[in-house]
Amino acid sequence: MSLAMKAIDEQLDTAEAKKKVDAATKVKQVTESVKPAATNIKISSKNINFFYGDSQALFNNNLDLEVGKVTAIIGPSGCGKSTHLRILNRIFELYREQRVDGEVLLDGKNILSKSVDVLELRKRVGMIFQKPTPFPMSVFDNVAYGLKMHYRISRKEIAERVEEALKGAALWEEVKDKLKKPGMALSGGQQQRLCIARAIAVEPEVLLMDEPTSAIDPVATSRIEELVESFKKKYTVAIVTHNMQQAARISDITAFFYKGEIIEVGDTREFFTNPKNKQTEDYITGRFG
Amino acid sequence: MTNSTLIVKEKDRLKQKLLLLGGKVEENFNRAVSSVENRDVDMADLVINTDRIIDNLEVDIEEECLKILALHQPVARDLRFIVTALKVNNDLERIDDHSVHIAQHALFFANKPIFKFPFDFTAMSAITRRMLKDSLDSLVDLDQNKAMSVRAMDDDVDDMNRAMYEACEKGMREHPEQISMYIHSMGISRTFERIADLSTNIAEDVIYLISGQIVRH
Repeated sequence: MSLAMKAIDEQLDTAEAKKKVDAATKVKQVTESVKPAATNIKISSKNINFFYGDSQALFNNNLDLEVGKVTAIIGPSGCGKSTHLRILNRIFELYREQRVDGEVLLDGKNILSKSVDVLELRKRVGMIFQKPTPFPMSVFDNVAYGLKMHYRISRKEIAERVEEALKGAALWEEVKDKLKKPGMALSGGQQQRLCIARAIAVEPEVLLMDEPTSAIDPVATSRIEELVESFKKKYTVAIVTHNMQQAARISDITAFFYKGEIIEVGDTREFFTNPKNKQTEDYITGRFG
Repeated sequence: MTNSTLIVKEKDRLKQKLLLLGGKVEENFNRAVSSVENRDVDMADLVINTDRIIDNLEVDIEEECLKILALHQPVARDLRFIVTALKVNNDLERIDDHSVHIAQHALFFANKPIFKFPFDFTAMSAITRRMLKDSLDSLVDLDQNKAMSVRAMDDDVDDMNRAMYEACEKGMREHPEQISMYIHSMGISRTFERIADLSTNIAEDVIYLISGQIVRH
């Protein structure tokens, strides 16, 4: 019996390997060909190379984010997932030694161009980080902060939009009686939703989420996942996650990054049942990474 | 996320049990055919009694699959394997239920005068046996071509079964005193046809396991 077992495994490996050979030799074509069709593309990254000083972190990457869809970015630590995300609203520019080559087209316009107003860009492309980052101010002011920065509107209108944003982040019911309390006094999951409320208050078009649930408990994670699902109607969403099941649950498209390259991009259902690339399959089944 | 080493061990254990079940189901089917051919009551009883063992094994395999799904949340090839195991497990158990039906027909015929079946029992049992064996072999060898050949054979069994109905109708008209014999004959032929269908299902699941493509319809 054990020989039969071994035979099955070997056969499976051989069959899989054979099937994957073509795909492996056509990595670039796969990446190109499975890109979403040229309809409804919100952000298109083209030939992105990224450098931390002398060290190159991304290699000629191309990735499109579609309107109304959630794109999950997965890959082992250090593969360039977060780096890619940080390019899309130019937040990397806060560090002097980091630089990027290539183009990122937001609605067809290159946002890496020097003429682009970075403040305006970050209003359109919001970001949620791994650890909740409430400002040292009240719950209300945390959400109102961006509004005051970007808009000249009345107090009444600010109050209305703060409430709307907190409702959008599924936090209103929990904090409506403690809007004046410090944002940092909330629980971890609430703090993360507060940050989401802050991000959506300024009505962005794109939401970038960098491991938004890695520091919070399963119940809070579940609430954030429900939010992401609801965000699809309004925003283009990209989420970096180490949680494979999360990527499978909430995304429409999944991209696998490895050593700074995009190995495979595809429909999430297909990606997790029948991936085209052997490296992808080995990673998502835990054979490496 | 899936833990590779742990899931490989779990899959090995599952494979062993599935192959054990496959072997037992095949063996019991052969016994059922033989019990009809040789009018062997003891053999028919053995087929019927073995069904309980096979039922227990099926439940055990299903629990194993559910445990792996819940604890390891497999994806890609691991997921396809567990899904295939669940479906093949179910099909094998149903095949054995049909073997029991054949054995029950054997008990009916055992104490009756020799009766000529209105279909070629030897040919139909042989092709059904071949389909069952090849579907299991295609699983062991992950042989997509063999799985495809099982699908092709299914049409032959369907044709034989259809022809049997016509022969039965004619026989019943000509020999109304043998109606019960014809009814049991129809039962056997129909059972072979069902086993051929289930073997085809197994072959199609093997194709899914290998290629990720659903080819059922």
